[in-house]
Amino acid sequence: MIQLSGSDRLSRRPAAFVIPRTMADLLQKVAESRDVEAFRQLFQVYGPRVKSYMMHQGADANTAEDLAQETLLTVWRKAALYSGEKGSATTWIFTIARNLRIDRLRREVAWQPLPENQDEEASDDPDPEELLNERERRDKVRAALSELPADQSEVVALSYIEGLSHSEIADRLGLPLGTVKSRMRLAYQKIRESVEDLQ
Amino acid sequence: MTINHHLDPATLMSCAAGSQPETLAAVVASHLSVCPHCRSELRKFERIGEALFDDLMPTPVTKQIPIVAMRSLEADGSTDTPEVADGHGDLPAPIRDLSRSKLDDIPWRRLAPGVWHYPLSLSDNAKGDLRLLKVAPGTAIPEHGHGGSEMTLILRGSYSDTFGTFRAGDVADLGDDVDHQPIADPVDGCICLIASDRKAKFKGLMARIVQPLTGL
Repeated sequence: MIQLSGSDRLSRRPAAFVIPRTMADLLQKVAESRDVEAFRQLFQVYGPRVKSYMMHQGADANTAEDLAQETLLTVWRKAALYSGEKGSATTWIFTIARNLRIDRLRREVAWQPLPENQDEEASDDPDPEELLNERERRDKVRAALSELPADQSEVVALSYIEGLSHSEIADRLGLPLGTVKSRMRLAYQKIRESVEDLQ
Repeated sequence: MTINHHLDPATLMSCAAGSQPETLAAVVASHLSVCPHCRSELRKFERIGEALFDDLMPTPVTKQIPIVAMRSLEADGSTDTPEVADGHGDLPAPIRDLSRSKLDDIPWRRLAPGVWHYPLSLSDNAKGDLRLLKVAPGTAIPEHGHGGSEMTLILRGSYSDTFGTFRAGDVADLGDDVDHQPIADPVDGCICLIASDRKAKFKGLMARIVQPLTGL
């Protein structure tokens, strides 16, 4: 098991420390035995990320910290729903943070259920080999994202990281709505291959 | 249910990002509840979100992990969100609570000749417009986006325009620059869920509906 000691190490190259296999294991432990130590490690990895995410979405530092706590508490409470799901722990926690953000920062209804409810067929235990592939896949996604032209990368980041709608991005950049959407489509064409590898 | 018209990738991206206005998100959730293809696509877009999320520079947290709160929280296998259901040609699961009645029992309000509507309530903060629309056989379906994003999900019957025929489960996820004139099925008419990220402008809507009749 990987040792996660101190935020100084995490702040340098976050990606290298998030190993899907380990995170999935920790989440399984929380789900199966309410393992506080496993949760503490999840908290150390994801708490600072969720806080950053919330701050990008417009929360002040205190609110972001509260929302990070609440996100992780939801992970604690709902870990059983993740258990046995074939998928990434990070994606699951990202979607929890995302929905909480809609609910608390935008004060709107979060329409998207968490992934475990959406997928009838995803019920097998995670296969270690698939999780390894998943790490490779995530690196590919990251590489594909880094190769996007600046104008496409910009709309992708404004959508995911700053939480802006199509219309809000159009207003922010002074572009027609159709241009925002077409840049997103073009970006997806380039990233598509990297997200499909796992299928 | 065979679905031929799906969500635009730009819509799936915004959905995975959690960045959609509540009105459009309701239509998207309703389509996803009946469309395995788009659910599968959405997971790919969530992986993009995961990679971006993972790349954020972490901000140190100052509070300790909330042991006390954890102890007081029982494990909870339930979900806060509506269950996915097939809709059975009636209201999709995500919006079922909004109308409190089945499609046959909706207290429709007349909007124009051959066109009825029923506004769905949203959260106080939501901007835009979400409503059910019922259109008599052979009648033109009005658009009401007026420059913003607009989306239509067919719930019953069908309509046809230059893009083809849209049947129950199909979603019309078209740009604001698209000019088309959908006509409800000559026999069954059409009931749809229609959303815009702008407030509906009924004056314009009325004019558009009335226009073909009066020749103005």
